[in-house]
This record gives sequence, C-alpha cells and structure tokens, in this order.
Amino acid sequence: MPSRTAWHALARHPLGFLASQWPWRALAYLLSGVALGAVAGVVLLFLAAAGLVSLAVAVGAVPLLGVALSGVFVARVERRRLRLVDLDPAPDPHRRPGRPGLRGWLETRLREPATWRELGFTAVSLSALWWMDLLVLGFALVLPVFLMTSPAGDPGAWPWLVVGLFLLPAAPYTVTAWAGARAALTRSALAPRDGEPGAELTEVRASRARLVDAFDAERRRIERDLHDGAQQRLVSVSVMLGMALLDTDPGSPAGRQLAAARGEVALAVDELRELARGVHPKALTDHGLAAAVGNLTARSAVPVTVDVRLPYRLPAAVESTAYFVVAEALANVTRHSRASRAEVGARLETDLLVLTVGDDGAGGADPAGGTGLVGLADRVAAADGRLRLSSPAGGPTLLHVEIPCR
Amino acid sequence: MPLNVVLAEDSPLLRDGLIGVLTRFGHRVPAAVGDAGALVAAVREHSPDIVVTDVRMPPDNSDDGLRAAIALRRERPALPVLVLSQYIEQSYAAHLLDLGGDSGIGYLLKDRVGDVARFVDAVARVAAGATVMDPEVVRQLLRRRHDPLQRLTPREREVLSLMAEGHSNASIARELFVTEAAVNKHVGGILRKLDLHVDGRGHRRVLAVLAHLRA
Repeated sequence: MPSRTAWHALARHPLGFLASQWPWRALAYLLSGVALGAVAGVVLLFLAAAGLVSLAVAVGAVPLLGVALSGVFVARVERRRLRLVDLDPAPDPHRRPGRPGLRGWLETRLREPATWRELGFTAVSLSALWWMDLLVLGFALVLPVFLMTSPAGDPGAWPWLVVGLFLLPAAPYTVTAWAGARAALTRSALAPRDGEPGAELTEVRASRARLVDAFDAERRRIERDLHDGAQQRLVSVSVMLGMALLDTDPGSPAGRQLAAARGEVALAVDELRELARGVHPKALTDHGLAAAVGNLTARSAVPVTVDVRLPYRLPAAVESTAYFVVAEALANVTRHSRASRAEVGARLETDLLVLTVGDDGAGGADPAGGTGLVGLADRVAAADGRLRLSSPAGGPTLLHVEIPCR
Repeated sequence: MPLNVVLAEDSPLLRDGLIGVLTRFGHRVPAAVGDAGALVAAVREHSPDIVVTDVRMPPDNSDDGLRAAIALRRERPALPVLVLSQYIEQSYAAHLLDLGGDSGIGYLLKDRVGDVARFVDAVARVAAGATVMDPEVVRQLLRRRHDPLQRLTPREREVLSLMAEGHSNASIARELFVTEAAVNKHVGGILRKLDLHVDGRGHRRVLAVLAHLRA
C-alpha cells in the first residue's frame, strides 16, 4: 500500500523511505517554500509600503486591497505545493462569485472567512515559517557538507569530518519531518471548513460515520438490555426450577415436568447468549480486538491462524468495524471457500489499521455475487477505509482492509 | 463441611436465588453484594472459604467482577474463586487461568446453577482446591486445537474434555461408565501423545491440560 503523506512514509518504513521519492519531494517542498516566501515577502512589503505612502492620495487603497487579498493567491499556490508531500486532496474553500466581473469577485472574496484565514496564514508563513524552511535546509544539508569540506588539508580537524559524515544521513529525516509539520499546518489552515464548498464531501462522510456509530451504540444497548433483562431472569427461573426439583420426586409426573422445563430454559439461555453475541460481542469492549478475534476463530469450523498485534486499544468504532469485517470474512471462508485453513492478521501502521484475512480455498469470491462482501465494503467505506479483494478462480483468497484510526 | 461463601451478583433476583441454593445445602453466605468494590470489601471483612462472583457487574458493567476476583486472588493466593459467567468466550476464562497457583479456580456458565446439586458440588470442589472448567468452554478450546488432537482416539478426546473440566480419574470413570484402570490408561496415552510431562492427577494436571489447549 503506497503512503499518502511524507510523514506516513517516514514512520512506516524508516529505512525503505530513504530509497523512495519522499525525501526528494520533501526537499522540493521546502526549497519551493523558501522561494515562494522570498518572492511573496518582497512583493507584499513593496505593495504595503506603496499603499501606505500613497494613502494620502486615495489610490493607496488599491495596493492595500491587494495586500488584503494576497492570501487567496498565496494559499492557492500553497495548496498546490501541498501535493508534493501529501497526496490527499485539499479542495479550494472559496465560493463561486455571486456576480460576474471583478466587482462580484471582490464582494464574494472579502466576505468569506476563508479569505481572512488565508491572509492570516500568509502573514504567519512569511513572518515565521519560510525562514524556518531555510534554517532546516541549512542545518540538514549545508552544515554537514561544510563540516566535511572545511578541514581539507588541516590534519587536526578530522573529528569535524566524522561529525559531518554522521549528520548527512540524518538530513532526509530532518527535512521530511519539518516538511510534514509544515504540510500539516498548511492543511489545517487552508483546507475547507464546515459549510465551505469543498467541505460538503467531508460532511457526507462524517454523517455516514455518525450513522454507523449510532448503529453501534444501539447494538451495545440491545446487548446490555438482553443481558440485564431476559438472560438474568431466565437464569433465575432456572434456579427456581432447580430448587423445586430438590423437593420433588424425580420420577413423578411433576418432577419430569420440572426437569423438562429446566431443559427448555437452558436452551433459551443458550439461544439468547448466541443472539447477544451476534448483536454485540462484549469481549470486544472488555478485552479488545485481538482477544475478540481470538474468540471468533475458536468458533470457526476451519482452522484459523491468528496474528493480531496491536500496540494499544483502538477507537471503539475502528475496533467494531474491524471485528465485523473479520467475522463476516471468516463466515464466508466457512460457507464458500472449501478452504482447509485460514489466517487473520492485523497491524497498526502509524494511524492505519491494516487487516488481512486469507484462505487456501477455491477462490472466485465475487463482490457482485452475494450481499456479504458488499456489506463489508460499505461498512469499511463508512469508516473511511478501503477494502481490496484478490480471489482468482482456484484460489487463494486474500482480503485486505485498511481503516484509518483518527 | 459447611463453607463460608462471599457472593457477588448484581441481579437481586438471582442473588437471592443463589443464597437460597447455598444455604439449602448447609453453606453460609456472610455477605452477598452487588458490585465489585463491595466484593473486595466483603472478602477483606469476612475472609471466606470461597468467592463466587458474576463477571459483569457495576461500577463499569465491564468484566469488573472477574477483575475484582483476580485482584483478590493476587492479594490472597490461597483464596478459591468460582466465576459465574454469561460468556463462553475463552478470553474471559483465560484471564482466570493465567492466575495459576495452588488454590481452586472455577469458571462456569451462569445457567449451570439451574442444576443446583451439580453447582453446589462445583463450589465445594473449587473450595477444596480443584479446577472446574465449564464443559462448553472446554469444547471451544478443543475445537481450536485441531492438529495435535487428531492423534487422539475419540475415547481419549472424551477423557481429555473431562480432564480439562477438572474431573478426577475416579469421576471420569463414573461419567463414562468404565473402570478407573481404563481411565488411567487413557490419561497416560493422552499425556504421552500431547507431550505433557505432568503428574497424572490433581489440580496441576488440569492447569497443564488447559494451558496446552490454549497455547
């Protein structure tokens, strides 16, 4: 799975990252940041000065208006630059002007909060960030080279050469770490907020996620009600019947009736337990994903190897999506695959849960064929995740699911 | 021998039922409580012969009862603990089995208490230091370990289930209507095939068998 951001790439494969294009992208990001900062800084200073000087003769308002709207242009370039280190889209937060022409454009832009947010970001960017880009580049690249080359011919200065040699391999990490921080800041300042045009898609996703959350909360409530209500009462009834049996001759008609009643109650308790587990597995809440998946595979007819290693408990919504994915996938393995064994794996890669369910069965699983796989894909999509299935005829089948844990 | 039992169960109806069952068989229940905090306090106050507790209880309505029992057992390694559970899932029983130790451990599905004589017998056995595992939980464990169990004969698998539930050779013999000598032979065969080096009897054998099944 390719990384979506430079940070992600850095954290996932700290060594492989060196051979990827991400360090170069981060370098390009910072270099272009320095260039943009220098050019924009000079132009804006000139505009501001010109505006203030000529303010006395009224035309000064024009350059000052230019300064006020400069954020719109700087932000447009920044959002484009962002793609160097962050592949997720950053849509334009501006509305289409209500009227054609320059006047309409000005009216719309000056009323939008996004415009002023962008101006603020430009001010911060020019006063505080671009020279930091320069500083990081200087420290990460120029300093080691300087240290390594300066002692040429001076036999006493070789320790500097060693220091330089050690610093240089760190440069890609320093550069990428700062580029990532800069990009995260840029995204949070310049991406659309609620109610802004590009935000609509985000809102639809959020509402879908809320629906799934509400659905999960409801399942938890039903499970709790079943447990606290019907299950407890039935167990109490079973104890009462057991006590009554003690006082009854087991061979008598009453004794036989009581024993039969207790048997029926036991079956009802069993069925309720199955039902409650299907509605919401309590072990998932109590013990987490690894234990709950372990419990699932204990019930599977096909032998399953489990390799779930997670450093900490994941958000409840992620755990429950992941659990139901594994449950449905294992049910499919049992029902359709004719597999002799299956395996379930889960890893956390930075903030992405990567789930795999594989089997050595007949393959040919088709999402169009049954509702199970489609339901899985929907559920994963609602959690903003992705599901991929490889199931050639003749097998093996591999299901690969990624769910972000944000 | 009458036992002092501290009981923890949050449903008042079932709590009263359990008190009725235990006292009917001559045991005493000095404290019957409805949440995990009160359970810990009651055990400290009454130093019972055994604790019988529900898994899911206030305050968090998670596995508070189970966790309180485990904490109590760490505090008092000689305290026998019998957990009544609504869950077959092995992740609950596993927490209890990880305790090890020499005093009794029990994990039974709640609906077993309907068979009151058997339930009271389980309480007495755990109090005496035995391990008692619910047959349904054992069945799940057996189902999980496909490969090594293939080598066992069907009769050996039956014996293994009963061993894992905590039965002695004598009681396995009664259960299967065979002689104790025959059971001895099966047990030897099982331990050899599973490569388990334990004394063929008692509490440690049960723990070793369960540990093998869970591995």
